[in-house]
Amino acid sequence: MKQKKLCIIVSKGTLDSAYPPLILASTAASMGWEAHLFFTFYGLDIVNRKKYRSLKVAPIANPAMPMPVPNIIGMLPGMTAMATAMMKKMMADKKVPTIPELIEVCREMGVKFYGCQMTMDVMGIREEELMVDACIGAAGFLEIAGDADVTLFI
Amino acid sequence: MKADEVLDTSGMVCPMPVLKTRKAAEKLEPGKVLKVIATDRGAKSDIPAWAKNSGFELLGMAEEEGRYVFYIRKPEVKE
Repeated sequence: MKQKKLCIIVSKGTLDSAYPPLILASTAASMGWEAHLFFTFYGLDIVNRKKYRSLKVAPIANPAMPMPVPNIIGMLPGMTAMATAMMKKMMADKKVPTIPELIEVCREMGVKFYGCQMTMDVMGIREEELMVDACIGAAGFLEIAGDADVTLFI
Repeated sequence: MKADEVLDTSGMVCPMPVLKTRKAAEKLEPGKVLKVIATDRGAKSDIPAWAKNSGFELLGMAEEEGRYVFYIRKPEVKE
């Protein structure tokens, strides 16, 4: 049986957006699948050595918060930190692994991480700042994803 | 059912029961049976799915006192 393959484009850098790709990739790897994550635009924050421990949840324009925050309040200084702290506490109470823990598991299991070269150039990010196996472009990703069984954009 | 090894993931949530199962499964000798205990409701579908995808045989599963118990056997010869 051919080894199955998962490829995900990770385009968002919020705490809540970081979970699905990392959970799916680590789980896929645990089932013996090849798993590839392509981090682009804000998604690069998830593999940025300085930022991955402090990803945040946005309370603004986010009606799905456990305790909905009116936008006008969400704008106030400190609200993002508060919403993030609340979310992290809820997750910890339920024993959901943290993002750094999931990243570590992914790396242990051989999930491949790629940085988007174009985004890095635009934002002035160097490869040393990222936890990635390589920095590639659109054609590079398509080559990897061309024969994937599951491809997602998150 | 008799198990050669037992893994208790009680209290853990997705994806940890599956990831821990994989770790325990790696150490298991071919043909041996691993008993997995979970309280995560997602595990009810996740552990059988993991087993199917990993070539493990799901010998049985049961629900008892809010816990799920799975028995999976490692294939004799790994492909």
